[in-house]
Amino acid sequence: MPDGGQAVLDVRDLVTVFRTRGGEVHAVNSVSFHLQSGELLGVVGESGSGKSVTMMSLIGLLPSPPADVRSGEVWLGGRDILKISPAALRDLRGDKVGFVFQDPMTSLNPVFTIGNQIMEPLIRHMCLSKAKARVRAAELLELVGIPDAASRLSAYPHQFSGGMRQRVMIAIALACDPDVLIADEPTTALDVTIQAQILELIKELRAKLGMSIIWITHDLGVIAGIADRVMVMYAGQVVEQGPVKALFASPQHPYTRALLKTIPAITGPREERLQVIEGQPPILVATPVACSFRARCPHAFDRCHAENPVRRAVDGLPVGRGHDVACHWTAEAAHA
Amino acid sequence: MLDAPSQALVQVRDLKMYFPIYSGILRRHTGDVKAVDGVSFDIMAGETLGLVGESGCGKSTVGRALLRLYDPTAGSVTIDGDDIAKLAPEALRLKRPTMQMVFQDPQASLNPRMPLSDIIGEPLIEHTNWNAERRLERIYELMDAVGLNRRFANRFPYEFSGGQRQRIGIARALALNPKFIVCDEPIAALDVSIQAQVVNLLEDLQDRLGLTYLFISHDLSMVRHIADRVAVMYLGRIAELSPRDALYSRPLHPYAEALLSAVPEPDPNRESSRSRIILKGDVPSPANPPKGCNFSTRCPRVFDRCRVEKPDLVQVEPGRLVACHLYAATTNPAGSTGRPGATTQAKAEHNQQGVSV
Repeated sequence: MPDGGQAVLDVRDLVTVFRTRGGEVHAVNSVSFHLQSGELLGVVGESGSGKSVTMMSLIGLLPSPPADVRSGEVWLGGRDILKISPAALRDLRGDKVGFVFQDPMTSLNPVFTIGNQIMEPLIRHMCLSKAKARVRAAELLELVGIPDAASRLSAYPHQFSGGMRQRVMIAIALACDPDVLIADEPTTALDVTIQAQILELIKELRAKLGMSIIWITHDLGVIAGIADRVMVMYAGQVVEQGPVKALFASPQHPYTRALLKTIPAITGPREERLQVIEGQPPILVATPVACSFRARCPHAFDRCHAENPVRRAVDGLPVGRGHDVACHWTAEAAHA
Repeated sequence: MLDAPSQALVQVRDLKMYFPIYSGILRRHTGDVKAVDGVSFDIMAGETLGLVGESGCGKSTVGRALLRLYDPTAGSVTIDGDDIAKLAPEALRLKRPTMQMVFQDPQASLNPRMPLSDIIGEPLIEHTNWNAERRLERIYELMDAVGLNRRFANRFPYEFSGGQRQRIGIARALALNPKFIVCDEPIAALDVSIQAQVVNLLEDLQDRLGLTYLFISHDLSMVRHIADRVAVMYLGRIAELSPRDALYSRPLHPYAEALLSAVPEPDPNRESSRSRIILKGDVPSPANPPKGCNFSTRCPRVFDRCRVEKPDLVQVEPGRLVACHLYAATTNPAGSTGRPGATTQAKAEHNQQGVSV
């Protein structure tokens, strides 16, 4: 690993472009971040902000064409995994990197049993015999809180509820004890009481296994409850990044501030009128040359229309290590 | 309906909506999915009633049965003086302008082959004899009301974003000056920053046009913002119906309590200190609900009576109706024996509500 000691994953200047008939779509524009060992990094953003595409680019899950991971480095286990062969990447997926998808209804194969699907990575990556894989699969099901695990292995996905299917997905992702677990909106398709169960499970599993997790969501409430660090994405770029408490206590980017204000509170005083972010997110037809948020930003000034802001530190720590923001506007400038 | 308070625009009494299950080679009727199983509530004129619950609890079915998009199995739905559940087809058609719906998925509820002006204008063709010029005038008026640029009148749905499509759906619902609108998860398919725009629009329109809403949603924090009173549904029945502030500050039904405690808050400090009620297991199938209280299989405070007897929705505090045996001691004895008692109490409560809201 080049630097940063205990970072399990280090992503630098990742650029992903989709080639479509209507021209290019610049979905991920120079995204850099890292994941420390044992930490949970929350990635928030609206649909189309590039949060899922970023994570799928990392491990080559995007079909190419139309997707094209144009540049960048992704360091995992001492290798730049953007440069390794497809076969080596296949060995990596499901082994070193686990993935939990949003929709547990469609991400499990309906014609194979639950047991079969949990055993698959165990046999493929850990070269276990079928009998041993079955024992391990039952352990995993138990770990994710499915009662009577051994007998449920022969059940099919349709016999499970949404929450249980998501538990199965987590069991599959954990099967080979991955270095990094990427969870892409794992609770979005679930009801709140079931979401609370899954969040509780993740907290337990983290305490037990000390996993490093990237958690993608659009729900700031979920992030506030489980993340150590948060990365806010807008229009394919990281606009703000920092420790969860610092970021929620003093959001720096106008987009983060607005986002936190548009959500009505469930406790405390009730707001008479909701704050809105006027307008729409931009369509990403080219590499941004100016700030992507300028059209919706209440603080936009000349520089925002001329120059795309780079991330700068807020708290004196190096960018990426502490709290940083990609914005020209500063509170000091506004007060001056 | 005889002694109904004058302020109630919508009165629902013991509404049941069963979907039959046919099975076997002979497709015999072997059971029912009890999507809505005896629901009663009133909506006052000018009020927003929030209807919350998890997926499959029957909240959308209530909304659809109210406007008779489904034929209810039993019960009555009185909207503005007429029992919708029993109206003849032509009478129902003439009644439609009073009651409209905004659907969840703005993509699927707009005809992709119709331009915006036709989508908004269709109810006018159906229910008025206006000429094209007058209709276009009304279409422009509606587009202004929901914040759509008049130049978009000839565009097709695919040319609009999700938030704009929802505005089209709202304009269509407003076309005939309805009194009552069922909003079925109108913001669920939208991004957070767009949700607030649509909710503000709905509130502005309510203030201006005196609309009455049934706001169906699973987003409890948004319901707290928009609703005056909130009904919490669980497995086809109402667990609690309370004024908004009372419900959110002190939920009475154990399910309402668990549901509210499960909502994550965007505040790391409060999140880490919060105690959360984690419900075990999943919602039972509505085809085979538990014998006693529907919530008895997951309730953290369950006791013997809950497993044998279904609790009725009765008033336990002024303005607050709860269906739970825990509060049996404080209720009127008539409440536990049957619905008539409960209904009278409900009416008394609504009178108070009507005055205070």
